[in-house]
Amino acid sequence: MSEGSAPSPAYRSVRQSRRQVIPIVELALLTIFSVLPLVLADYLTIFITRVLILALLALSFDLVWGYAGILSFGQALFFGSAGYGTALLARDLGITSIFIVLPASLVIGLFVSLALGGFLLLGRHPPTTIFVALGTLTGSYAADRLARGWYYLGGQNGIPAIPTMTAGSYAVVEGPVFYYLAFATLVLVYLLCRFLVRSQFGLALAGMREQEARIAFFGYRVQQLKAIVFSLAGAIAGLAGGLYAFHEGFVGPTMPGVVFSTQIVLYSLFGGVGTLIGAVIGVIAVEIVSFWLADNYQQVWPIILGLLLLLIILFRPSGLIGLVVSERERVGTFGHPPRTLPRIAQEGGEEDQHAAP
Amino acid sequence: MPLLEARGIKKAFARLTALNGVDLTVAENEFHGLIGPNGSGKSTLMKCVAGAEIPTEGTIRFAGRDITAVPPAERARAGLSLKFQITSVLPALTVYDNMLLALQAQNRLSNLIFSRTRGPLHERVLHTLDQFRLADRASDTAAEISHGQQQWLEIAMALAPEPRLLLLDEPTGGMSLQERRLTGELLIPIKRRCSLVIVEHDLDFIRDICDVLTVLDQGSVLESGTVAHVQNSHKVQEVYLTRV
Repeated sequence: MSEGSAPSPAYRSVRQSRRQVIPIVELALLTIFSVLPLVLADYLTIFITRVLILALLALSFDLVWGYAGILSFGQALFFGSAGYGTALLARDLGITSIFIVLPASLVIGLFVSLALGGFLLLGRHPPTTIFVALGTLTGSYAADRLARGWYYLGGQNGIPAIPTMTAGSYAVVEGPVFYYLAFATLVLVYLLCRFLVRSQFGLALAGMREQEARIAFFGYRVQQLKAIVFSLAGAIAGLAGGLYAFHEGFVGPTMPGVVFSTQIVLYSLFGGVGTLIGAVIGVIAVEIVSFWLADNYQQVWPIILGLLLLLIILFRPSGLIGLVVSERERVGTFGHPPRTLPRIAQEGGEEDQHAAP
Repeated sequence: MPLLEARGIKKAFARLTALNGVDLTVAENEFHGLIGPNGSGKSTLMKCVAGAEIPTEGTIRFAGRDITAVPPAERARAGLSLKFQITSVLPALTVYDNMLLALQAQNRLSNLIFSRTRGPLHERVLHTLDQFRLADRASDTAAEISHGQQQWLEIAMALAPEPRLLLLDEPTGGMSLQERRLTGELLIPIKRRCSLVIVEHDLDFIRDICDVLTVLDQGSVLESGTVAHVQNSHKVQEVYLTRV
């Protein structure tokens, strides 16, 4: 390619990288969800609140799988542990203050994920993806069995009638109030995750996802990075569990179980992993489609939903977000490449012309 | 004290013995070439030194420290850097981000999370890309650049952490004659900064840049010494005339 006749690849790719779709999608969702309770009936606001809480959980899965390459079937374990933990705080100690129960749920999620992550990820040899997937799946299954069999946790019946969450003398009841609490929490956590995955730490995660074995030879302590992301995601899942327990007023043994863990994986795959917003879209889409199908096709809706999930995962592995977001944007850029050609290329010396492909 | 000292390295894969008691010594600022026919164990030896493989027997000392069973990340932090035989740049990332990824590798975690070194490293990224004639491709993904440029990018990335010992496994593989000549020119200036162990099939290339050569054959050292000494060795000539 002669340098004067057509735009250089450097110019071309800078122009391409300027077309960012993700911020537009983020802004659109933020705007829509800011006003939803004003236009929806109360029962729908309650439904969407649940969707927002589940979006928080899907976000935690996207962090571990979409960014750190850890196939975790244990997000429900952290979600459920924190749900049970905060339910017990409310039932046995009468603690319902938002300023205690939400931080407590976060800490429970963090500690359970630290314990499991330490065991699975920080062994002498780097674990395989299958080992971690089976390890987290086993953890989730064990928690389900434990909850079902332990009388103190309510056995099969779980813990019903959890008292309402409070903020001082104010009761945080389901409806618009709880909606905005869940919404604010989701936005805050999303921004935190966004900051993290676009930082230099995010670049290390991108490197780890692309070529885990290679980056260790630069000096990255890959297993430590993984354990950090796994624990952070566990804390987020725990926070979602605390919110869920108080929103539903009930926790049951399915909450930390395998089925729920798998559901989170499907949400994220459906929406598309590795963009954060894809996971949120996945939850919104699956839950709304399920809601509508269950209303209109009462007998066959699970089959229709299953087929839809299969079709998306088979024919659009990058998920719904992949329909509008390019691979280049999904991976992202982390530095600030020069927007004009540097001196060497401008001079167009013999050696540089040779260097062009 | 030599910078790298490998003694009696054996490496077996099931019934195949890839290395059978190899010794390798590399001094500070020495350019050391590893040559030998295909399957002689050159790449396996490089992998053992870098930590990609753990020797079945033998010890490897680097800067006086026994690193025989030390993980690759810790070896890198001690000053060892490897460019793999198969190009392993990160294709989905831009050339710029590949370089930044390598440069920031040994930063503290808090610096990475708060992107404290992104600004300070910017000039170094551009300077290194400029040195390796990649500055005009900074915004392209690594998948978009030519094979030769990917090789240069990987050498630049391996050099980024300022290692004490650089291990290059066939850095000119798949390059044109002119690209190989340029690669040689790019490598000469690093002699002031670090030692080099290089595996290469192009004997003219290796003769031009190396001080010392070690010839491997069937997992053992056939000959080792200065370039002139190895060139005149009857054993080496025999192997190269009959098997290469």
